[in-house]
Amino acid sequence: MSSAVEHTEENRGAFSSRKVFILAAIGSAVGLGNIWRFPYVAYENGGGAFLIPYLIALLTAGLPFLLLDYGLGHRYRGSAPLAFRRADRRAEGLGWWQVGICFVIAVYYAAVIAWAARYAFFSFDKAWGDDPEGFLFGTYLQAGDPGIGLDFVSGVTIPLVLVWVAVLAIMALGVQKGIGAASVVFIPVLFIAFIALVVVALTLDGASAGLDALFTPDWSALGETSVWIAAYGQIFFSLSVGFGIMITYSSYVGRRSDMTGSGLVVGFANSGFELLAGIGVFAALGFMATAAGVPVDEVATDGLGLAFIAFPAIISEAPAGALIGVLFFGSLVVAGVTSLVSVIEVVISAVRDKFEMSRIGASMAVGVPAALISITLLGTTTGVYVLDIIDHFINRFGILVVAVASMLALSWLFRKTGLLREHLNRDGSVQIGRWWEWLIGILAPAALTFILVNEFIDNIREPYEGYPTWMLNTLGWGLALAVLVLGFLAARLPWRDNTFLGDPEIKARQDERSS
Amino acid sequence: MSTSAIIMMLVAMIVLWGGLAVAIWNINRFRGEEPGSVQRDF
Repeated sequence: MSSAVEHTEENRGAFSSRKVFILAAIGSAVGLGNIWRFPYVAYENGGGAFLIPYLIALLTAGLPFLLLDYGLGHRYRGSAPLAFRRADRRAEGLGWWQVGICFVIAVYYAAVIAWAARYAFFSFDKAWGDDPEGFLFGTYLQAGDPGIGLDFVSGVTIPLVLVWVAVLAIMALGVQKGIGAASVVFIPVLFIAFIALVVVALTLDGASAGLDALFTPDWSALGETSVWIAAYGQIFFSLSVGFGIMITYSSYVGRRSDMTGSGLVVGFANSGFELLAGIGVFAALGFMATAAGVPVDEVATDGLGLAFIAFPAIISEAPAGALIGVLFFGSLVVAGVTSLVSVIEVVISAVRDKFEMSRIGASMAVGVPAALISITLLGTTTGVYVLDIIDHFINRFGILVVAVASMLALSWLFRKTGLLREHLNRDGSVQIGRWWEWLIGILAPAALTFILVNEFIDNIREPYEGYPTWMLNTLGWGLALAVLVLGFLAARLPWRDNTFLGDPEIKARQDERSS
Repeated sequence: MSTSAIIMMLVAMIVLWGGLAVAIWNINRFRGEEPGSVQRDF
């Protein structure tokens, strides 16, 4: 290997083994959405019948897209901007666009982890009393009118600071000693804790009613377009594909690793965890419905409502409620931290590669501003509204758009999918054929574009949740546009003279032949 | 639980958890090459 490549690779760190990489990738993929989004999406879209579009979406879009990210990061051995730059000099902006999106996500994602951490402690004395909703918005978040204020809420700010301190410590420790070591500990803990939660939930009265509601198939749903959109959307958002995470992580894996086999493990582990979450959540909701004497559909919900309103109600009613609370909110914290670490690593890795900064220097240069913005915007009485708007818009008009753009660009403009397929097949235990290129170039972008267009029309027709227009235009549309513009501006900054911008694989082969 | 719900739950378990088991078996069978040395992370 040339001295330039060797220097770059040695200095940017790596996972010590494929197992650590797989655990880190699972840690990234398994996040809050697996626990609080999948169960309700499945329930709302055909119940047991949802399995069919879900599996088709996994096999035709989720796994192929995951392998595209793996191929790009593993072949070009760099952060998202460097990998895109090495693939084609015109592509670097796509990488910085992804970096911008990750920075924004990290800012608000930390707040949800902080809330979950606080709620784990609330579980002991059931601090929400008889009114979990009033407690969440009134007592805990002290939510005022929508806007951007600076009235800090200590109950949010303090855990938020602690989350950032913990995450920055992990990031400063580096790829293996920080991200890798945390994943090796946290992922088994997460699976064990959630399995324990499922076991406890299954012993509750009414658990079977919840499972019945979740799994009873509504075959007519398969004829509805919205169900297929939901399946592709769930798979896409769940797998952490398309915004630089898997590109970054796969650049830290050994050159001759089996990436296709690893991808299958990550994909099925992610979906397997979603199934586990569905069982646990709906068993608990079945208990809640039975205790209240109402049908499950009256208590079924998702997102913040599930985690911070429905589950507190369950914890109050259930025997061993405190145990359920600690297991549930603890799982949210662990799943959230491993995902947050992966999101912020996209930014840190890009800054390191571009400016050749040290690990600690880049971690602080990225992490401290992110933490300060996060605490300022999310630690206040208006934080919940800021979070809601940014989350809604950056997911749809940030991640979805850059995902479609990068798939189409790599397939049709830069024509790299054939090369990446050969690269993945070289050491892959599972060989992928030309069909993979068709899925990446045609089917997956078409499915995501369909979702995107629907979302765009919905959001134009009806302002999201009735928030003030200025908030939607700045934190929503404006921010989604800003990361795009700033991304392509960042791509105009020059690389350092000794940064290798060619294809590392070709260089490595030449060096192997000459040595 | 209804029979159809039980069947779909079992099918989901077999496909997703079984798929995970097969995927893990596959990578253990095909070990590939691990990094030769631990890279520094300055």
